Amino acid sequence: MDGVVGTKSTLTWAVHVSVAALVLMWLFPTLGLLVSSFRTADQISASGWWASLSTSEQVLQLRTGGRDAAALEDGVFVVGGNLLEDGEDAPGAIAMSAYGVSSRAIGAFAIGETAQFGDGETLTLDADGTYRYTSVEEPGRRGQRVFVTALLPPDFTVENYRTVLFSGTGQDNMARAFFNTLTVVIPATIIPILIAAFAAYALAWMEFPGRALLIAAVVGLLVVPLQLALIPLLQLHNAVGIGKGYLGVWLAHTGFGLPLAIYLLRNYMAGLPRDIIENARVDGATDFQIFVRIVLPLSFPALASFAIFQFLWTWNDLLVALVFLIDATGETTVMTRQIVELLGTRGGNWEILATAAFVSIAVPLAVFFAMQRYLVRGLLAGSVK
Amino acid sequence: MNPALQGLITIVVGVGGCVGYFYLSNQILDKVIFPARGPNAGVNINRANQIRPWLFLFPAIFALGLYLAYPVFETLRLSVTDRMQGGAFVGLANYRQMMAEPKFWEAIRNNMLWLIVVPAASTAFGLLIAQLTDRIAWGNIAKSLIFMPMAISFVGASVIFKLIYDARPAEVPQIGVLNAIWMNFDGGPLSILILKVLPTLLLAAFAGIVGYVAYIVVRGIAESRVRQPPWLQSLRVAAGLLGAWLVWLSLSSIVGVWTAEPSYGEPQQWLTLPLWNNFFLMVVLIWVQTGFAMVILSAALRGIPEETVEAAIIDGANPFQIFFRVKVPQIMGTIVVVWTTITILVLKVFDIVFAMTNGQWETQVLANYMYDKLFRANDWGVGSASAMVIMLLVTPILFWNVYNARKEMR
Repeated sequence: MDGVVGTKSTLTWAVHVSVAALVLMWLFPTLGLLVSSFRTADQISASGWWASLSTSEQVLQLRTGGRDAAALEDGVFVVGGNLLEDGEDAPGAIAMSAYGVSSRAIGAFAIGETAQFGDGETLTLDADGTYRYTSVEEPGRRGQRVFVTALLPPDFTVENYRTVLFSGTGQDNMARAFFNTLTVVIPATIIPILIAAFAAYALAWMEFPGRALLIAAVVGLLVVPLQLALIPLLQLHNAVGIGKGYLGVWLAHTGFGLPLAIYLLRNYMAGLPRDIIENARVDGATDFQIFVRIVLPLSFPALASFAIFQFLWTWNDLLVALVFLIDATGETTVMTRQIVELLGTRGGNWEILATAAFVSIAVPLAVFFAMQRYLVRGLLAGSVK
Repeated sequence: MNPALQGLITIVVGVGGCVGYFYLSNQILDKVIFPARGPNAGVNINRANQIRPWLFLFPAIFALGLYLAYPVFETLRLSVTDRMQGGAFVGLANYRQMMAEPKFWEAIRNNMLWLIVVPAASTAFGLLIAQLTDRIAWGNIAKSLIFMPMAISFVGASVIFKLIYDARPAEVPQIGVLNAIWMNFDGGPLSILILKVLPTLLLAAFAGIVGYVAYIVVRGIAESRVRQPPWLQSLRVAAGLLGAWLVWLSLSSIVGVWTAEPSYGEPQQWLTLPLWNNFFLMVVLIWVQTGFAMVILSAALRGIPEETVEAAIIDGANPFQIFFRVKVPQIMGTIVVVWTTITILVLKVFDIVFAMTNGQWETQVLANYMYDKLFRANDWGVGSASAMVIMLLVTPILFWNVYNARKEMR
């Protein structure tokens, strides 16, 4: 855009603004999940997460004292107390602006006004939270619902993370799934690298008949959908006695990761300077020595690229784990599987769902930001040729 | 045994086994089978060097053959046999049964929609962002943030977008962004501007671009000075027909936009709206894949020789002409690579549909249909048949990739 005189500054501004807008658009979804994971269930259902970042007007659902707190005065049941101090959901001192007693009219009454509703029920709510509730009939056990509209400052909690990582029970606890995922990922990342490195060296620096054909085969296998492999391999695993379990999933990830590994590493190794390798040969080094002492250390960037790919792919995988790992007992469930289950059974519990999802996302994100350079390099080597 | 311990042992055994295999097999080859001494030393060294590549390759070839090549043929065999009849050969019965199912055709239709929309949108957004961030100071930070969803699992992305699509009853506050915005529309002038005029303009622009591209492709049949092979001719005709169909589709959508009566003030269950819900699912994949397209296209844009751009500026080209007439043609090869890579990914898309709708409300896709058949209905015949359909759709790209790889090696 340089050199287009006169239009330059407006155009530059337009570029800055549109890039900022696009970045915000891309960040917004993840940010929503992150913010939601730090809010309580009540906060999440009371307002959108974007409202929680600033002091905002929100509607709180509170309750007066119930039957146990009621006293009989002149033939009328009376409950008194402070909405902002008594009870477990009490938010503490806040500025209230209106209140209501039904979800259809949440801001029907001004603070200080006496509300008359139902069969001879009245409620008076003052600015400091004290209330007086009267009813002709005996009040219910849980007390009258009160919807309070109030200005609330931002308020976050780490309670969800404590539940999901430590104290939760059953599906709410991700700790075991976290370690299961880790158990799947580490061998499934290391073993294919090793196998592929040797094969890539042979394909890059050894002369033998059929080499071109093998490289073509690897390129072809790169796009074979792994869906085809599910049933035949499950049959095979059952036939040789592996069944469903870690060994099966490690082998499967190794097999499915190999084409990309060989392809990336071969491309990289083929680009190493020929002189180094020829010199080593002349000096009497065997192929094994050349590979271990020279090619492997020089190929570190490519090895790192593939390691990140394979790590992300195995950590984020659902299908392979569903088919080859998780048996009927569910002992070996991985995080992706547990989150899908949470989506099905606890679809409304956003505080647990958001936190669980963020726990599973956090590790790949950390790896991503720490090693982005290698990831980009690997992508470029794999695609632009 | 504790799985963590088992994992540790596996790493040690696996890594040790691999290293041990490579080291020992080389030792045995050099010292025992063809020792480099005695009267035949020279011959032995040559023989050892002929065998060594296969030692290096054996584990990889074995794993590739067993885990990728063999399943293709085994799935083909399963798709023409019936498990209930003890694996008897049934010819194309499974395929016929599959073709008779409406769910299959729904999956095919949805997959076609995915195949058109997702690669196009991801590549277009990626190209746009790559070009915009090219010359600004904080471009790398912006790119890094847009690239970030690549690290997020499809399941995680599904949760993220389920929160966006969430719907609550009309009288309580909406916690899903989309419905929170939707509830602001009331049928006033602003609503008409955003919900009618804006989509009309977008659709018209889309129809225009597709029509223009299709026109260029079809014109090539008559104009080309070199005689073209028949397959290229028919490919051009097919592309032209596809383009015409897309133009017709978008024009009829414009009519639809103006005749539809949106239900203002009612929260929408976005994932249950037929046809539209497919697009809401696609947004997830586009969100994830744009970063990939951006990174690769950004590198390609950087690789364009400066002289061509400078020459265009001197000749008085405006920024848009420079982009469309000078830069894009030079990175066309990369655009095709990005497009095909995302296409392959789309064909295999499973997690997003599985986690968000599980194929309900007419959102079925082939990969999820196959999973349904294989593991819920336990019908291996039809499941394998649908897997073969996915394979069939991938095959042209497979040959194209192999062809290109061979071309580069020469």
